Amino acid sequence: MFRNQYDTDVTTWSPTGRLFQVEYAMEAVKQGSAAIGLRSRSHVVLACVNKAQSELSSHQKKIFKVDDHIGVAIAGLTADGRVLSRYMRSEAINHSFTYESPLPVGRLVVHLADKAQVCTQRSWKRPYGVGLLVGGLDESGAHLYYNCPSGNYFEYQAFAIGSRSQAAKTYLERRFESFGDASREDLIKDAILAVRETLQGETLKSSLCTVSVLGVGEPFHFLDQETIQKVIDTFEKVAEDEEGEAGEGDAEAAAAPAEQGGGGAGDQDVAPMEM
Amino acid sequence: LPVWFSINADYFFLQFTIPIDNGDSVKTAEADSQRTLYPYVTGTSIVAIKYKDGVLMASDMGGSYGSTLRYKNIERMKAIGKHSLLGASGEISDFQEILRYLDELVLNDNMWDDGNSLGPKEVHNYLTRVMYNRRNKFNPLWNTLVLGGVKNGESYLGMVSMIGVSFEDNHVATGFGNHLARPILRDEWHADLSFEDGVKLLEKCMRVLLYRDRSAINKLQIAKITEEGVTVSQPYSLKTFWEFKAFNNPTAGAEGSW
Repeated sequence: MFRNQYDTDVTTWSPTGRLFQVEYAMEAVKQGSAAIGLRSRSHVVLACVNKAQSELSSHQKKIFKVDDHIGVAIAGLTADGRVLSRYMRSEAINHSFTYESPLPVGRLVVHLADKAQVCTQRSWKRPYGVGLLVGGLDESGAHLYYNCPSGNYFEYQAFAIGSRSQAAKTYLERRFESFGDASREDLIKDAILAVRETLQGETLKSSLCTVSVLGVGEPFHFLDQETIQKVIDTFEKVAEDEEGEAGEGDAEAAAAPAEQGGGGAGDQDVAPMEM
Repeated sequence: LPVWFSINADYFFLQFTIPIDNGDSVKTAEADSQRTLYPYVTGTSIVAIKYKDGVLMASDMGGSYGSTLRYKNIERMKAIGKHSLLGASGEISDFQEILRYLDELVLNDNMWDDGNSLGPKEVHNYLTRVMYNRRNKFNPLWNTLVLGGVKNGESYLGMVSMIGVSFEDNHVATGFGNHLARPILRDEWHADLSFEDGVKLLEKCMRVLLYRDRSAINKLQIAKITEEGVTVSQPYSLKTFWEFKAFNNPTAGAEGSW
């Protein structure tokens, strides 16, 4: 995208019917570090890469508990993400208080999307620069949604957002058909494997990722380092064994980064605001 | 609007004060006419029990105007959404207002069209919030509400009073029903009552109320709610017996001129 005379205001249309400021906001999501979500009929797993500004600092929190039955992972301007998480927590608790019943996640994401839309239609506002992967339960089971700065939302079986998310998406596209009936453990394994795809060759360690789970009968919680490392150990060992055979998985993993080569170079510098 | 004004001779200016609604709950005499002080047209007891397939609820069709039994065709039980049944005693106009609130609630719930629906627990809690908040503003809805329902195979029966006291139980009653019907239910209710036994039990309670509650009339309805939905029966009367020996010539032992 190049600068043009229609991109100053969010309330200015381009002659081709585009709102550039909204599209630029979606670019901010692509700059943030990766977040991944996948779901089965009864569980949702949200995982993200822990990137710290520097070796001296700690990594930013990108996954938030909204309620016992809803969690959200963000990518983009984390400050905007925190504010929206606070809004979601507020909606969830108000519903809980009035009806003594959990807010269905499908209704929460609509509220969230409508809130984001407002910022695309006021000249004195700017769109939220964060993408949200919202995972939660309602009467029909587990759901995963992606909320966009544009005010759109989509339901997914599995999705990844942020930088180098294409690698994770390619992996998820291969595997998503098995997610519906997958066990909780398999779902967690697939999430961590998807995170590994975004690291592009960097060794996967439990300190590099955050994983959270929620499901029917299982309130939202984070997995501790030990548990994550155990899962990593199960497939890292297998990968070592396959090294000599030049297995199918390896070849595809090599192909994915190659496709991303052009985009990857541009992503080297992570702008200070986003993580 | 009454206006008070005073002229301060020293400074020579006029001060006007007008009572405005600034959120204070205690108001002047005029504002009193805008909040509930006492009920006018009232319904008497509701009795409800859980049974095998759901919940059974009984009420008569009377609307009293003080001591006059003025209205004899008031339906005091209504279906709410797919899963709930609401019965009310107390001020009938306040009950109608509550039905309007719930109508809006159910409408918005249906408009989502997303496979989620309000169950009896949600409706009961919503009503508790409404009743309690009105009580805090010293402007209550003068009702005691009974909320019963079935959702996903689970029966629910609860009650909310005009001051926001709220609870669930296997059998509930309002007004006189608490004193006359509940003792019977405590002795004779048990889990998994059949429909016939449940109706018999409710009729037993309603008969006692008919004999002893002077605001009761002999025209009642029984409503049932199960997983399939709500059915409210046609109005009917209970058989009564007035020939107990003790009530024949009641003043036999102490005759008087009045």
